[in-house]
Amino acid sequence: MIAAQRLAEWTTRAPEMEEDIALANIALDQLGAARLLLSYAGELEGAGRDEDALAYLRDDREFRNVLLVELPNGDFAVTMAKLFFLAAYQVPLYTALAGCADERLAAIGAKARKESAYHLDHGSLWVKRLGDGTEESHRRMQAAVDHVWPYTHELFVADPAAPVDPATLRQAFDDTVGPVLAEATLSRPEGGWAPGGGRAGVHTEHLSYLLAEMQVLHRAHPGAAW
Amino acid sequence: MWEVFVRARRGLSHTHVGSLHAPDAELALRNARDLYTRRQEGVSIWVVPASAITASSPDEKDAFFDPAADKVYRHPTFYEVPDGVAHL
Repeated sequence: MIAAQRLAEWTTRAPEMEEDIALANIALDQLGAARLLLSYAGELEGAGRDEDALAYLRDDREFRNVLLVELPNGDFAVTMAKLFFLAAYQVPLYTALAGCADERLAAIGAKARKESAYHLDHGSLWVKRLGDGTEESHRRMQAAVDHVWPYTHELFVADPAAPVDPATLRQAFDDTVGPVLAEATLSRPEGGWAPGGGRAGVHTEHLSYLLAEMQVLHRAHPGAAW
Repeated sequence: MWEVFVRARRGLSHTHVGSLHAPDAELALRNARDLYTRRQEGVSIWVVPASAITASSPDEKDAFFDPAADKVYRHPTFYEVPDGVAHL
């Protein structure tokens, strides 16, 4: 949901018209998956909260998204780095989810897996193009990778109680990301800084601004139908 | 500039659907998928750089297409069709 909101900010601002459509497309895919997951979560909770209540009436401390997706879009390279890393995580995640015991989650995983494969394809194409492009695009792409990389560690924090333990996805992620970065002539950042806390509701300063914008109408007219 | 041809899932041939801008063929293909097919499964897409297409010129229309019309012997219209032949 948060990734969709960030991508939607690009609408009419992308570097070219075709890319504008592609980013909107990916945002719509992410929003579609978010709606399915939020609706199901609302049903499981059994407290009468639907997808809209969960999207529009929670504060930042109640959001459980990883920090990676709430980071600002930055320049096009930062957005592509975020998209690429997120997709490289979501493809194995949804693939594993498609085979899990919970039928609803399996169905959502099977649907979202196809979409994520497309996101991964799109992100890796641009990472390669920018990394192996001009001197300036290489510099920006490397800066973007360096900036975003620390936030990827949070994706794989172990949670044995989850339907798919994120820790088991790390290998697939590394296998995807490594060759693309190499082909893009980019280096993988070293260093142990691994910001986290998103899953516990402890976010960067960016999320509450994002939510203020996203939720303003629903907060002003709570309960309205549209 | 790229020209895009799409064959629908149950279609018989590729049909020209429009054009788009892209830096290379790979991205042209992906853009075409978003813009013209909404990622439907089972469609086939061709992209061709516009510069690779040679078009017949409207100015030469007469020379290109007219001669056939006034030479009736070019048209197979002189056969006696036996009764009972269907679908001819």
